[in-house]
Amino acid sequence: MIVSGAKEIITTVIVGLVLAYGLPLGIDTFTLTVLSIYALLGLSLGFIWGFGGILCFGQAAFFGLGAYAYAISAINFGTPWIPFFLAIIIPAIIAAIFGGMLFFGRLNDVYLAVLTLVFTLILYKFMNVTAGEEYVIGKARLGGYNGIPGFETLSLPWDPSEYIYGDSLFYFSFTLLLVVYLGLRWLLRSPFGRVMIGVRENELRAELMGYDVRLVKTAVFAIGGGVAGLSGSLYANWAEIVTPNLFSLGQSAEVIIWVIVGGAGTLFGPILGAAIMGYLKFLLGQQSLIDNTLVLGAVLVLAVLLLPRGIFPVIVDAFKRRGWKRRAPANRPPRGRRRRRERRDEQ
Amino acid sequence: MDYAAVVIVEILYGISVLVIISAGLAVVFGMMRVINLAHGEFITLGGYAAITAHSLGLPIFISILIVAPVVVAVFGLIVERLIVRFLYGRLINTMLATWGLSLLMIGAMTMIFGNTTTGIPTPISGFTLGRYQMSGYNIFVIIMAIVTVLIVYGVLKTTRAGLIARGAMQNPEMANAFGYNTSRIYMMTFTAGAALSGLAGGVMAPLVGLNPASGANYIAKAFITVISGGTSVVSGMLSSATLFGSVSQIVTFLSTSVIGEIALLVAAVVLLRLLPTGITGRFLKDRV
Repeated sequence: MIVSGAKEIITTVIVGLVLAYGLPLGIDTFTLTVLSIYALLGLSLGFIWGFGGILCFGQAAFFGLGAYAYAISAINFGTPWIPFFLAIIIPAIIAAIFGGMLFFGRLNDVYLAVLTLVFTLILYKFMNVTAGEEYVIGKARLGGYNGIPGFETLSLPWDPSEYIYGDSLFYFSFTLLLVVYLGLRWLLRSPFGRVMIGVRENELRAELMGYDVRLVKTAVFAIGGGVAGLSGSLYANWAEIVTPNLFSLGQSAEVIIWVIVGGAGTLFGPILGAAIMGYLKFLLGQQSLIDNTLVLGAVLVLAVLLLPRGIFPVIVDAFKRRGWKRRAPANRPPRGRRRRRERRDEQ
Repeated sequence: MDYAAVVIVEILYGISVLVIISAGLAVVFGMMRVINLAHGEFITLGGYAAITAHSLGLPIFISILIVAPVVVAVFGLIVERLIVRFLYGRLINTMLATWGLSLLMIGAMTMIFGNTTTGIPTPISGFTLGRYQMSGYNIFVIIMAIVTVLIVYGVLKTTRAGLIARGAMQNPEMANAFGYNTSRIYMMTFTAGAALSGLAGGVMAPLVGLNPASGANYIAKAFITVISGGTSVVSGMLSSATLFGSVSQIVTFLSTSVIGEIALLVAAVVLLRLLPTGITGRFLKDRV
């Protein structure tokens, strides 16, 4: 297991290096930065949904909270690095409190989905009315519909005059994406990860074996919230403004679409989905013939109807079938008519 | 005295709006356990249908009460055949697919009607109650809510179609064995729910400025009303609409309307935390 873990780290780093050098040749780094940020956000939902079995319809809430936490604390502290960590910790704590409330109340499925959606809506509505003078946190005015502009962005810790922007922001975000990806992979291999997957597979069984399902789910939800907060703070650095639209229903829907399209149940799928859909959105934004939202909606409907497992697992299967991973062909399950006949016999 | 009357009418109005915008969803969710996240866009479509019909010269009440429900019912029928019927029993997938549908409809309505806010004038003039000016249309909304509840209750409880529909939802195999086509019953129920959403859109059209994204204003409220109500279609919807309508209107009186809406949402979160299966999951069981 240690060997395969090392192999995975090496593979990820090599693929990451190739992408980090290759992608900027074709796409400008400004777009690539936001794609990496989206990928990180997609990864956070992919983690809690695909491995924790928690379908959160309001992942945008933690994304927005991260962005706002960064902006507000950056204005108050005047330095970027304390806010950078606060933007991870605060959403994680809020996710732990909110998630704890839900999971200790044994809410599931639809109720969970609806309540997380409502949570996002409350934040959205609240942030939209905070335009007045009285809504101030420290030195930062919340600004209502207009959002908060003009906060300190990330700079080198040893040289505050060197800002991290443009190309370097891309490399920074991309590196963080790789680090978080590997971190979550490691987490899934750890005993906690095993328990987490056990809970996803069968809550009752996990509980009868003595694990506290509510606690595990709350922890998973908090980790997802922290990762979403991280991507939110990077987004604040990229956009250099935070607005209530970060909490909008559309934003929440997009995250779900990335995970569905890429493939829930894998960690790489949501990253792929976020990159593909984010780039598609970028391309669609350059034309005015077809509405952007229409295409996103159509993709979601078609993905649910035709590709419920997502793109990535289908690609992996296709490669496996071609014998790309060399396995003894005799053991391969028969396909086509024979397979169907066997399946019928089994029943 | 007059002020008390005004407050009571306003609270009744708040409850009525919740009843009207959640009736369609309540029928579809309560009967079929299908969550239609495109419900808000169904309502918006009803509004656009009413406005378009009115601008083409039809009398306003025909546009609101007939054109809007019929247009949305036809649309709902198409959606059921093309998308929803493949997903029965897969709750999460239905939610996701209808969320996609909702985005698709927002996009399509933006392309057709443009990203602008439109509306129609209120057809009923106001009147004075003592020292206060009242909106006549608000009274109409209250009456429409009562009519909607009576129709849904009447159809489900007293007609043969309602009996068959309820039976098919409770035990599809048994209904099939009796010779009823459950697929058709599901189709008709979904269409009826869509018609109610269309009616909501028509009735709400003179009250709100309509734009392609305004479905988002309804969806959250409709949802929490239905989910908090639980599985009983009429009694669940009525009880939670009464609770949330009163909460939001009272808070609105004390502060602003946005804070009132936030209070409604917070009340829903607290209620679902306390009663995870909704109001009728605990009380008023076995009612329609």
